[in-house]
Amino acid sequence: MSMRALLDHRLAPVAAIAVILLLLPLLFPSSYYYRIGALVFIFALASLGVNLLMGFAGQVSLGHAGFLGIGAYAVAIGATHLGAPSWLSILGGASLSGLIAFIVGRPILELKGQYLAVATLGFGVLVAIVLTNEAAWTGGPDGMLVPHLVLFGFPLRGSQAWYWIGGITFVIGTALALNLIDSPTGRALQAIHDSEVASRMLGINVARHKLAIFVISAIYASVAGSYLALLNEFITPDVSGFLRSIELVAMVVLGGMGSVVGPLVGATLLIVLPQILTILHEYEQMVLGIVVMGFMIFLRQGIVPGIAAAFGRMRT
Amino acid sequence: MALNHIVAAVSIGVSILLAAPNQTSAQIKIGAVLSVTGPASFLGDPEKKTLEMYVEAINAKGGVNGQKLQLVIYDDGGDANNARTFATRLVEEDKIVAMVGGTTTGSTLAMIPVFEEAQIPFISLAGAVQIVEPVRKWVFKTPHTDRMACEKIFADLQRRNLTTIALISGTDAFGKSMRDQCVAVAPKFGINIAHEETYGPRDSDMTPQLTNIGNKTDVRAVVNTGFGQGPAIVTRNYRQLGITLPLYQSHGVASKQFIDLAGPAAEDVRLPAAALLVADKLPDSDPQKPVVVNYSREYQQKTGQSVSTFGGHAYDGLMILVQAMQRAKSADKAQVRDEIEKTKGYIGTGGVVNMSPTDHVGLDLSAFRMLEIKNGDWILVPDAHS
Amino acid sequence: MAEFLQFAFSGLTVGAVYALVALGFTLIYNASGVVNFAQGEFVMLGGMSTVFLALAGVPLPLAALIAVIVAVAIGLALHRFAIEPARGASAVTLIMITIGASIFLRGAAQIVFDKRFHSLPPLLGADPIRFGGAAILPQSLVVLAGAAIVVALLWGVIDRTLLGKAVIATAANRLAARLVGINTRRIVDFSFAVSAAIGAVAGILVTPITLTSYDVGTLLALKGFAGAMLGGIGSAFGAVVGGLLLGLLEAFSAGYISSNYKDAVAFLVILAVLFIMPQGLFGRAQVERV
Repeated sequence: MSMRALLDHRLAPVAAIAVILLLLPLLFPSSYYYRIGALVFIFALASLGVNLLMGFAGQVSLGHAGFLGIGAYAVAIGATHLGAPSWLSILGGASLSGLIAFIVGRPILELKGQYLAVATLGFGVLVAIVLTNEAAWTGGPDGMLVPHLVLFGFPLRGSQAWYWIGGITFVIGTALALNLIDSPTGRALQAIHDSEVASRMLGINVARHKLAIFVISAIYASVAGSYLALLNEFITPDVSGFLRSIELVAMVVLGGMGSVVGPLVGATLLIVLPQILTILHEYEQMVLGIVVMGFMIFLRQGIVPGIAAAFGRMRT
Repeated sequence: MALNHIVAAVSIGVSILLAAPNQTSAQIKIGAVLSVTGPASFLGDPEKKTLEMYVEAINAKGGVNGQKLQLVIYDDGGDANNARTFATRLVEEDKIVAMVGGTTTGSTLAMIPVFEEAQIPFISLAGAVQIVEPVRKWVFKTPHTDRMACEKIFADLQRRNLTTIALISGTDAFGKSMRDQCVAVAPKFGINIAHEETYGPRDSDMTPQLTNIGNKTDVRAVVNTGFGQGPAIVTRNYRQLGITLPLYQSHGVASKQFIDLAGPAAEDVRLPAAALLVADKLPDSDPQKPVVVNYSREYQQKTGQSVSTFGGHAYDGLMILVQAMQRAKSADKAQVRDEIEKTKGYIGTGGVVNMSPTDHVGLDLSAFRMLEIKNGDWILVPDAHS
Repeated sequence: MAEFLQFAFSGLTVGAVYALVALGFTLIYNASGVVNFAQGEFVMLGGMSTVFLALAGVPLPLAALIAVIVAVAIGLALHRFAIEPARGASAVTLIMITIGASIFLRGAAQIVFDKRFHSLPPLLGADPIRFGGAAILPQSLVVLAGAAIVVALLWGVIDRTLLGKAVIATAANRLAARLVGINTRRIVDFSFAVSAAIGAVAGILVTPITLTSYDVGTLLALKGFAGAMLGGIGSAFGAVVGGLLLGLLEAFSAGYISSNYKDAVAFLVILAVLFIMPQGLFGRAQVERV
């Protein structure tokens, strides 16, 4: 295969990310960096799910942090109240999220545009309220402790472990997403994004496909939430808050909707930037706001497509 | 398509490297993760100002054991995940030797494992009793526990023979935690909580909830656990509805601002608070008087804002740490920890502190004073020492 | 009955603020297609600016006026420097810009103002009015009256003046409006300015009841947005009704059902309404052209 063909292969992004994943630790002087890396991969995983929903299927969701919360608390409650091993709770949380997405998605996805936005927003808010109020199960607003993951008798805890777990899961998730996009389902979704009416005329079952992608994106977010809880060994209801949902959307939009690598870049930006800006103390929020606005005004398709387009223009 | 990958790779690599924080020289590095922005900024802001002020003052007088202090402050925005990240950063990158911070219980609990593992003494500024119960070797705290606040209130209610009460609490962590403690200790004082209501911390009108309470004929007094603007609004609504039952607030609103905001409705409201709030009204014989008068004056001068008990907790945390370092004659983490635990007779803004291996707060009920608001100002309720 | 009245007034007061925020959302959306998540910050700016100007010694009415002017200036700046340069971008990008703007404004407010809570003196005194067994703050009536006046004025301008016709035309079809000689840029400026003014006025009127601080904007934007959707995006009347209804739902849930879940009930009702009427209560059925 020629170099060109190799780079343009469908799974090339997966290879690129895998390479980054493997080489980055060579630059890490301490576990603080592993923690940042772990957080980036975890949030990128969640954003990847949101990207599939928003970027490819064109359905906006302002409440995806709700699924993040379901996954996180599944691990917390599973270990504390049900005595279940963590890996089982991760799967349980993902299944529960998928199920809830299936039930809730049916009616919600019939809404369009801003109405869909407010409905998903409502969903996220509802999850956050339940998590805050049902203190007997969830520990209430102060949150609850999460025992660390134990696999085959080996404890997996700390930033290093979760860097690798998060990273590998993200690589697998990206590969799955790419396969999905290039499959008939993926093509149907892109058709739906372009025009629902036309798709319907072509015989595509719009409702079923939208629901499928909603469920898949919920599962991505749920797994990410579980990982977050296990990384921190602690979780609070803020994980499902409105601001968290906005953060996920921001990662997708900043990175580039519809770009598979976009979520990773967006997640990196929104997690690393506050760490850098913290030296500005009081001015951090202002600068963050300006950065978000700036990126959106000047690179309106997102960072990855924007920069790539600029390079493309330079070459011609 | 290929370009996308290269762009992504470069951006990510550069960004993660740029997150590298500063490394500086040999001074005594103290860390602080505070909620300077976000829902708890009302607490975190005075804490930050206090720590900065007094580190500067201490350094001006020559520092501790001849070394200057360096304060590294990070803002967690009220988010426990961020707090944990900054805690890791403080330990691994900034290489602090001690930590004073953790504005909220959530961020404190999230950070505890980091400091326990790194064996760094951690003085928390948060309220919940779970922080020091069970006692953790490296974790201390300066604010009174929410359980103490309940006990103080219930003791007063018992004395006034108001034993059937209604509880209205904020659904935020502070309000809920204190509500849980009150429910737990009520039987000990013979208090019956006949009715409960809640409100969201950012709600702007509590008349529905208070109307429900007002309709309950057996209720003799009302206790409101919460902090921030909620209690001020509850107090105003209380007066609006014409409810005349005695109203008790929590130590979460212990600031002059509460009186300003609640206005005339605040008349006759009682609450447990540190002596800091009534600095000028303390009898000269009170051992806390010099400390609290000084701190109030200096804080007011430096910031132009009225003093807050949360800033006071930060003051106490810093002073306990510094005095421990002075007694240990070193900044060695383990020695400093031992000295913190041996703190005896430290007179601070919160009270007189006597720590022990089984008590990492060191305050008893006398550290709380029962205050009442009269004519827009605090007065000490007599006979309230229990 | 007394209870019902009490809850109703509580709901209407809070609802009036939501209504004005929702109205602001609708105005900007109609003129430019942007859902402006910085709307809540205008309310914050109105209240906080007035407080700080008053603290600095400026007489209250003048402080309020200046606060509104400041909000209008910021609204115009938002349009000219943040929205306009991104014209043609996708809806999500524009929303993200307004979110960036709200983060920026909140960050600036922390520095320019402070992080504490503040109040303003009520216009007609603090003694409640007893009516039918319920106790109503005079300021509540001021807020409701203020909201009614704003809506009436707006309706008057939109319906009766040439400027209003131009606004309707721009909302209907921007290109066509330009073709008939309407300066659409100025029209959008106007709608941003008016939205900001409405938000600021709401903030000033309601601060004596609800208090204000640098971060009241976020939750208000959320609720205002929900109220606008409930009423139907694009309908100013719907926005007002939606906002008021949301406030009432919260108050009645808190009073009759459970104060813990009042926000949940409100959102559940909104979801239920949207499932039955996907355009909201008064929204135009969106016709999809093929």
